[in-house]
Amino acid sequence: MMSKTTTALATLAALGALTGAAQAEIRLGVSVSATGPAAFLGDPEAKTIEMLVEQLNEEGGINGEEIALTLYDDGGDPNKARTFATRLVEDDEVVAILGGSTTGTTMSILSVAEDEGIPFISLAGAISIIDPVREFVFKTPHTDRMACEKIFTDMQAQGITKIGMISGTDGFGASMQAQCKEVAGDHGIEILADETYGPQDADMTPQLTRIRNTDGVQAVLNPGFGQGPAIVTRNVAQLGFEIPLYQSHGVASDAFIDLAGAEAAEGLRLPGTALLIADKLAEDDAQYEVVTSYTEAYKAKYDQDVSTFGGYAHDAFALIVDAITRAGDSEDPQAIRDALEETSGLVGTTGTYSFSPEDHLGLDLSAFRMLEIKDGDWLPVE
Amino acid sequence: MTGRNKWISLGVLALLIALLPLFFPSGYYYRVGALIFVNALSVVGLVILIGYAGQISLGHAGFAGIGAYACALAPEHLGLHPALAVLLGAVVSGVMAALIGKPILRLKGYYLAVATLGFGILVSMVLTNERALTGGPDGMNVADLGLRGLLRDMGWRLSGGEFWYMICGVVLLVGAWLALNLFDSPSGRAMRALHGSEVAASTVGVDVPRQKLRAFVISAVYASVAGSLLALQNGYITPDVAGFMHSVEMVTMAVLGGVGSVLGATFGAAILTLLPQVLTVFAEYEQLVLGLVMVLVMIFLPQGLLPSIARRLKGRDE
Repeated sequence: MMSKTTTALATLAALGALTGAAQAEIRLGVSVSATGPAAFLGDPEAKTIEMLVEQLNEEGGINGEEIALTLYDDGGDPNKARTFATRLVEDDEVVAILGGSTTGTTMSILSVAEDEGIPFISLAGAISIIDPVREFVFKTPHTDRMACEKIFTDMQAQGITKIGMISGTDGFGASMQAQCKEVAGDHGIEILADETYGPQDADMTPQLTRIRNTDGVQAVLNPGFGQGPAIVTRNVAQLGFEIPLYQSHGVASDAFIDLAGAEAAEGLRLPGTALLIADKLAEDDAQYEVVTSYTEAYKAKYDQDVSTFGGYAHDAFALIVDAITRAGDSEDPQAIRDALEETSGLVGTTGTYSFSPEDHLGLDLSAFRMLEIKDGDWLPVE
Repeated sequence: MTGRNKWISLGVLALLIALLPLFFPSGYYYRVGALIFVNALSVVGLVILIGYAGQISLGHAGFAGIGAYACALAPEHLGLHPALAVLLGAVVSGVMAALIGKPILRLKGYYLAVATLGFGILVSMVLTNERALTGGPDGMNVADLGLRGLLRDMGWRLSGGEFWYMICGVVLLVGAWLALNLFDSPSGRAMRALHGSEVAASTVGVDVPRQKLRAFVISAVYASVAGSLLALQNGYITPDVAGFMHSVEMVTMAVLGGVGSVLGATFGAAILTLLPQVLTVFAEYEQLVLGLVMVLVMIFLPQGLLPSIARRLKGRDE
């Protein structure tokens, strides 16, 4: 008998009570990977958006209307992400979607958004999200290609023309490796050695030794994510390299310095966002106010440091709030999309966004700041 | 199971598929329905392998991965129509199952479980690492089936959700019909006999390795078609489809619903597909609830939910 009741309950719950709030509010939908293998992306994203919605509603919302947030956790599974996107559009009837922590989940959500004509701001990196431009799809993080260009620009300034590359074979590392190879020529950079390592590898000495034994290498570049780059950094120090090491924006966090060790990391460079040097920004810096208020509020609420990824969510939320305010009609996804595309000079934590019909990312290289690790801390280099 | 029972099972399934949409408040429910049918299809395959023949597999997501990527790759590289790609995927999965099944089905119990697990992980690794072909962990686009556009031109307008609900529902019905037919066929009887006792079965003339292999190949084809349907309806596919957790999920669905019964397996797939949707409010506790449900079912209803309930209703308590 017990089992019958349970089953009946489960079925009832499934068929019936899944609907969200339906008052005169602005319905905003979010699907991020707050748990699972991509939780390091989705967790700060979810926290950031929840915090910002709370703040905004306390301040009276947008034009007097509060935001009703529906947030789902897709666990990094593209199949789930698509189901949640369908649910957000069909059942929760949201006017815009933010989220898609990974490229896979983003690609799943964006086809729903395109089909149904709902503006969607992605938080994932791949260039294929906005190239070719899709009518309803925007994104906030800069692309791997831009990180490569920023690094190569800095190399050029140092007179470096021949480099060795060592990349992770995870999604991030492999994608950036391909992008860097594509744009290296434009900056007069020649890649003499191209090594890879698995995301779980514990020692990269053999690959690095091969790079060191390649004649003419003037610098090492390591596109990668997670623990791999920290091990590369330590191995480079152990092997006594005398040429500079460049890391990617994928490890732009204080945790990376702890993992690699301040001594081994001394002097390495990477492109990062203003968030990373929040405490060192000049007060007249364009991003000073946005970055400081975000980092302080986040720290106060969650007692954790902000991450670049939470920053992407912060910017996506700022963009959609700005667009809804300007659209004047919080019920019409098309009007919100049009307003979003007209965004101009919106200052976020990642950079300053200006969208156009040809550009749904709206950042340029100035969004990246070249940082150097000095005495276990980040130092902006110009 | 008698012939009458077969038609009752099919009738119940067909009625549910046809009538449930009457109660759908929004298009989102079509999506959930289609997902349930896809999962149920691969679980029906597992019913043949686990329930009929008594063999275990922890690598069936590998076949789902082959089916899914066949639909993504064949139209792009071979110029095949996506519908033919589904068939191609099924054939490749069947051949793969036959090739690897021959040696590994000699193993029993844990060893068989580990060998199939290894296969599933291999497929998933190939899909993740062959970046040039599969797009790596970021996944790749899947061509449109084109049938929905065709129906629209003929004046039958369907939303994506409705269309896939229909297609997956029909495929599930066909799959269930075939599985139920197999149950009483000579092969099905032979499989069930070897499930009971391999020694006894072989003394009465059942070709044990052959029947095991047959069950393995058939279930692989089911998983492959399910993977293809998933890829086609999502329009985008990542190596997650071949992941270890997906294999475990399939077996869990089969065991929860009742691994000996086609209807039970469908029921298990429905519950485990619905639960995460119902539990979004308690997302943190989702795994906890799933685990608890599983443990309780195993302790109190070892036959699986549906067969146990059916037995109680008939008043034949154990």
